[in-house]
Amino acid sequence: MDVVARHSVKITGRPDGQPMVFAHGFGCDQHMWRYVAPRFEDEFKVIVFDHVGAGGSDLAAYDVERYSTLAGYADDVVQICRELDLHDVIFVGHSVSAMIGVLASLDAPELFDKLVLVGPSPRYIDDENYEGGFTEQDITELLDSLESNYLGWSSVMAPVIMGNSDRPELGADLTASFCRTDPEIARRFAGVTFLSDNRAELLQVQTPTLVLQCINDAIAPMAVGAFVHDAIAGSSMVLLNATGHCPNLSAPDETFDAIAAFVRT
Amino acid sequence: VSGAQDPLFDDDAEHLHELAPCGFLTTKPDGTIINVNSTFLMLTGFQREDLVGRRRFADLLTGGGRIYHETHYAPMLSMHGRVREIALDIVCADGGRLPTLVNSVLERNAAGTPVLVRTAVFDATDRREYERELLRAKQRAEDSEARATALARTLQQTLIPPTPPHIPGLDVAALYRPAGSGEEVGGDFYDIFQVSGREWVVVIGDVCGKGVEAAVVTALVRHTLRALVVGHAGPGDALGILNDILLRHDTDRFCTVALLWLRCEDEAWTATASVGGHPMPLLLRPGSAPVALGIPGSLIGAFERPEFHDAELALVPGDSLVLYTDGVTEGRLGDEFFGDARMYDALTTNAAEPEGSAASMGSHLLEQVTTFQQGNPRDDIAIVVVQVPFSR
Repeated sequence: MDVVARHSVKITGRPDGQPMVFAHGFGCDQHMWRYVAPRFEDEFKVIVFDHVGAGGSDLAAYDVERYSTLAGYADDVVQICRELDLHDVIFVGHSVSAMIGVLASLDAPELFDKLVLVGPSPRYIDDENYEGGFTEQDITELLDSLESNYLGWSSVMAPVIMGNSDRPELGADLTASFCRTDPEIARRFAGVTFLSDNRAELLQVQTPTLVLQCINDAIAPMAVGAFVHDAIAGSSMVLLNATGHCPNLSAPDETFDAIAAFVRT
Repeated sequence: VSGAQDPLFDDDAEHLHELAPCGFLTTKPDGTIINVNSTFLMLTGFQREDLVGRRRFADLLTGGGRIYHETHYAPMLSMHGRVREIALDIVCADGGRLPTLVNSVLERNAAGTPVLVRTAVFDATDRREYERELLRAKQRAEDSEARATALARTLQQTLIPPTPPHIPGLDVAALYRPAGSGEEVGGDFYDIFQVSGREWVVVIGDVCGKGVEAAVVTALVRHTLRALVVGHAGPGDALGILNDILLRHDTDRFCTVALLWLRCEDEAWTATASVGGHPMPLLLRPGSAPVALGIPGSLIGAFERPEFHDAELALVPGDSLVLYTDGVTEGRLGDEFFGDARMYDALTTNAAEPEGSAASMGSHLLEQVTTFQQGNPRDDIAIVVVQVPFSR
């Protein structure tokens, strides 16, 4: 299966424009960017995609081994860029995809022009002299919470949710799959995401980077955003007056303005 | 109706909100609690003033629940304007956990800007315990299925030789592909073993049916044949005794077998074939059409007076003998069988290549049959190829 279909890649905007690749975080899919990404279309080539396991991606391509670390996801980003022959990429990653973008930029620095990290966290669990905001028990409870919330996922509903149904009237809404995926994959992705530690990699980033930090983010608190900003030499940080972890949904105007100001420099 | 005596008459919206059989919360779009009903306070042990204007809904959740809230709940609420039946644990005033199911709706003003979120919270303590039971049962079922699959694979491995076959002076290849995903033990088997100094036997067969019971019979057939042949019975005699043993065995199952006895004298190989109900071995001689080697014999384990015949052939360099099970020829796509013609074609296309080794011939045939069935054969497939190399 080709990379474009595997990730349900959607390309819009100016064909000759500088490419902006928008990556969604744990939990949802490319629709996370629906209030922000289209606003760059008049000037940029805009690419959105789903990580394997999310949204409209090919679930059959989910390989437990490959996706047991963020490196597998980062390699997917590099593959997408190469397959689409993208250069000077502006990578905009939300949540865990911020770190996926960091890893991709270290694997293939020649592909990337800028990184925009929205609500990044290099490590979610507290450590010595580091406050990630969570304990290991929190993550265990998250995994429980995922299991409870996916009881509704059944073999009957899955094809409807994934839009492969014989009954198109049920799968017509493209956002039906939003935040819903195979529970086993969700559980694994949660483990990979929230048990990751990429603090060391931040120090190696050479690509110009913008950190977007919400003032009240329950997942990536201010101190974590500041840590990322400090660790990436030459990076800039913009505070968004938004509550929660998803300014791309809750504060799209501010999010757009901050990204636009950075990518036009 | 006289309102004064009707208790319903006194029920107003305020009572309905305060005393509803579920917790109600009203929050700003950022989650800050602006109203809460008595039921919620009773369920969680909080005082109204602990919450209103002070806490956000997400603050009341466990760490894991907070992540779920941020990564699923809030995005879904923003995208769809409502979420339903979300399982979240609330950390109560005393630190205890209250399992709940939560529904929320997002209200927007005329301009489409979110103004508030209304949330209903249901105590789901018993339901959650039941769900945990279900999850445990599911986990047990999955473990047990995994064990059964592992057992089937192990059992299957005992039905074919543990090491790749080798006969000095001949090029030998054996291939086995279980049906479907290999979770069930199939009835196909093969065996290759030495009888004496320069005598070797190749056996391929198929016990009717699948599963553990078929596997038991398959093991019996395979080991019985080894004992009989090493005891110097001829191929046809061996099949005859096997027939008696199966008839007397406490099973209704029968089997098919093709047995090839290979002898080398003065650098020249001779093959003696005997067949019981099985597709006959094919002889592929470069430049000639494929020929079936042997004389058809009875199904084994089905009849009191079976007939088996030996057929002998002197092999020359370049000859290939192909033994296979009906998973090859009866491989199906819809109503169509793979059939003899496609098999001959697959074998001769490959035999025409000067480098065509036994392994490449066998794997080419297996690949053709598998592809024909769109990668998902419904029956087991076993193939053994024996080739007399050109002398160097």
